[in-house]
Amino acid sequence: MEKAKADNFSITERKDFILTKGRQKDQLRCGEDSIAGVVSQRACVYCGARVVLNPVTDAVHLVHGPVGCASYTWDIRGSLSSGSDLYRFSFSTDLKEHDVIFGGEKKLTLAIAELAQKYNPKLIFVYSTCIIGVIGDDLEAVCKAASKKYKVEVIPVQSSGFAGNKSAGYRAACDALLRLIEPKTIEPGFYKEKRKKSINYLGDFNLAGEVWIIKNYLKQIGIDVNVAFTGDSSYEALKKATGASLNIVQCAGSMIYLANKMDELYGIPYLNVSFLGIEDTAGSLRKIAKFFNDLEIMRKTEELIKNEKTKVSAVIQFYRERLTGKKAAIYVGGGFKAISLIKQFKEIGIDVVMIGTQTGRREEYETINDMVDDGTVILDDANPSELEKFMMEKGAHLLVGGVKERPLAYKLGMAFIDHNHDRKHPLSGFVGAVNFAEEVYSTVCSPVWNYVTGTGAAFPAPQRAKII
Amino acid sequence: MLDCTPKEIIERSGGVINPAKTCQPIGAIYAALGIHNCLPHSHGSQGCCSYHRMHLTRHFREPAMATTSSFTEGASVFGGVSNLKTAIKNVFAIYNPDVMAVHTTCLSETIGDDIPSIIKSAEVPEGKLVIHANTPSYQGSHITGFSNMTKGMVNYLAEATLENKKERLNIIPGFINPGDMREIKRIADLMGIKFIMFPDTSGVLDSPMTGQFNMYPRGGARIEDIKDAGNSKLTVALGSYASSDAANLLERKCKVPAVTLNTPIGIKATDNFIMTLRQNFIKEVPYLLEEERGQLVDIMIDTHYHFHGKKVAVFGDPDIIAGLTEFILSLGMLPVYVLTGTPGGTIGGPQGIFEKEITNMLTEAGIEGKVKAAGDLFQLHQWIKNGPVDLLIGNTYGKYIARAEDIPFVRVGFPILDRSMHPYLPVVGYKGAMRLLELISNALLDRVDRDACDEDLELVI
Repeated sequence: MEKAKADNFSITERKDFILTKGRQKDQLRCGEDSIAGVVSQRACVYCGARVVLNPVTDAVHLVHGPVGCASYTWDIRGSLSSGSDLYRFSFSTDLKEHDVIFGGEKKLTLAIAELAQKYNPKLIFVYSTCIIGVIGDDLEAVCKAASKKYKVEVIPVQSSGFAGNKSAGYRAACDALLRLIEPKTIEPGFYKEKRKKSINYLGDFNLAGEVWIIKNYLKQIGIDVNVAFTGDSSYEALKKATGASLNIVQCAGSMIYLANKMDELYGIPYLNVSFLGIEDTAGSLRKIAKFFNDLEIMRKTEELIKNEKTKVSAVIQFYRERLTGKKAAIYVGGGFKAISLIKQFKEIGIDVVMIGTQTGRREEYETINDMVDDGTVILDDANPSELEKFMMEKGAHLLVGGVKERPLAYKLGMAFIDHNHDRKHPLSGFVGAVNFAEEVYSTVCSPVWNYVTGTGAAFPAPQRAKII
Repeated sequence: MLDCTPKEIIERSGGVINPAKTCQPIGAIYAALGIHNCLPHSHGSQGCCSYHRMHLTRHFREPAMATTSSFTEGASVFGGVSNLKTAIKNVFAIYNPDVMAVHTTCLSETIGDDIPSIIKSAEVPEGKLVIHANTPSYQGSHITGFSNMTKGMVNYLAEATLENKKERLNIIPGFINPGDMREIKRIADLMGIKFIMFPDTSGVLDSPMTGQFNMYPRGGARIEDIKDAGNSKLTVALGSYASSDAANLLERKCKVPAVTLNTPIGIKATDNFIMTLRQNFIKEVPYLLEEERGQLVDIMIDTHYHFHGKKVAVFGDPDIIAGLTEFILSLGMLPVYVLTGTPGGTIGGPQGIFEKEITNMLTEAGIEGKVKAAGDLFQLHQWIKNGPVDLLIGNTYGKYIARAEDIPFVRVGFPILDRSMHPYLPVVGYKGAMRLLELISNALLDRVDRDACDEDLELVI
């Protein structure tokens, strides 16, 4: 890999975080703290924990801190529920100066008491924020006392914002989930005896109902989903997570820690899967079928893949013809999504010319490097000026990103799709592949771009000439 | 669906449910973006900055730039001095703004970082400026943060350098959309008055498509203008919560007299604004404004029977809803619930001002209503469950209540995350009042059409 031209950056510390794929074998630096004074697109520990746990539908999600942290995360996840709506409420202890000076434990105790009384929930998550880490409230003790008193499970989430980045928050969330799962330990060999065709689905948050699509596929091939972590999940369902004989992990960035822990504690093995794109979906279903080593399941899997592919192939072909030759730039949260997107774009004839993540891991960057063409720019924790520079240099037609990247792309006259919380239709499975192609087409080929002239949105040159 | 609010009213003291406010720093960023060539900087964890940018981006559908000190565990133990110094160095080296506007967060406030002394000891390039505001998230709300950063502008920039004041007006517009700021400037222009507006986010967060990404769009108050604001003869602060403090500081610092007016929403507040300009600058009100006012009154008369006696719940930021409440009353509607999440007093100053002001308006109109500062939307929802209303006015978060109770809903305020156009089209001035009338009457009449039986559906309403 050849280092990207870093001369244009006044900030030399960023050089090692950007690579252009080539022949040399340098390593991309990643997974480190952002540099002070840059416009980072990254979030914090609390954010990581909140996005993982928020889809637990019947829990009270109580944010312990000043109001902001709760305000900004109020119902932004876009994860759907088939049951309770309690998770869409915003609960905050709304700490004031007095609490910061004298400690927030009293107010927290009161808040839990009131919420326990009002909603009678089975589960309350209490999130720690920056300030809690500094003033030193004993979350464990308060939660323990409240659990006992109100007969409700109150689980502290150690997510003080400054204690790492978003990945540390994923881990804090996984730790909170582990405390829920029962029994706490299991005899070795338990699952070999009683292996059922039931799995846990880790790392899908049911955005736009994606968990439901995958559950449906699995049902068709004869496999039950015990519980999804955490899309459309509930207290009771999560508690019984040990009832599954296999964990499948989609968003590895957030859930691989939990998968490893469940393997270690309960002997539940896991498989990495991805249901983004046709090939990944088919491959993942086959992988699951193979695990169970059951001829009937394998037969049904092949049948499902064949049927679904037939259903979508004409539509995909339609878009492929219209999109071939377009170039895409990707900047997403985690590595798993980035990898899947490269494949998804290939399916519709689009090349990826720039790819980056906020929190990708080393092995994910290696996979990305193996997949992309020479000349593709790979970058970790990019800032908007870097994104702009490489997208323009590489002539990207489209950016895939999250909330903050959308207006950046638009300002550059570039199409955009949201592959994050703001997605409005499912992107999983075969049907998701069609939605994806449709969305890419509807933005890349929209007539609105015709009005962005070379000199910006000014009057087109001939008209102006006439006026003068 | 989404109806987790019980009807039975419960007294609470352990925090908020469904907040009607957010924290100070986002207001500070919004204010700082109203200076041309300014980069806001968040002195705290990177999550704060990320959330503020995300929230602003969702409301304005524009890039919202800000940098962060990226606190880690080390910074939280040993203080953020080196983070801020590094940040100052990097910000000017990479992004080259003319001014960097630092605000604090709950984290850096609790640790106790002394920002002025850090700024003094940092390497700030020649000709560049660093200003700051303390914006602890555990006090006040986003409105307080906006006020504090605006105060910071006066504190660091404004100077009285002339013996005699210039025949010129300072306008501090408050936490309103860029389109509203444009409308206020248009009115001042029409009056033929020279003015300086700060902060001014028009041209920054409503910037046009150019095919280029400009980190610093063309708009924003010029630094030299904010400096020169100390030489103006009058400051009009629009909104006592977002703008008064800065105007009062300017009065103390540079002897520029300050007048606080309500945000000019509705006919009465707009009249007040224009009358204040006329009196102080001895100007005639141009026919164009008279005509607009006349048109507004004409429309109010044409449509008043749609509004009369309708019960309304209003929530949002205090300056905005003071104007909205007054306007609703002028239409013959009954604002029976008025709620803000922002505390109703000033820090260390008198309390309960918000409740008093709004209650006076209601009493004068002979209406009994519930008025609450530092409230939350759970409480508003409980009120509505116990005494229904015909219309809900507020920011996007009202949509849950509107849906649960099946009430027509008009979106006004911050944030609006599920509709567009609000940053461009004003709600202030006579034109803004016309727009409000359109929004309100469309909401009410769409409901009439929706609920009408076939035989009752009217072509002409």
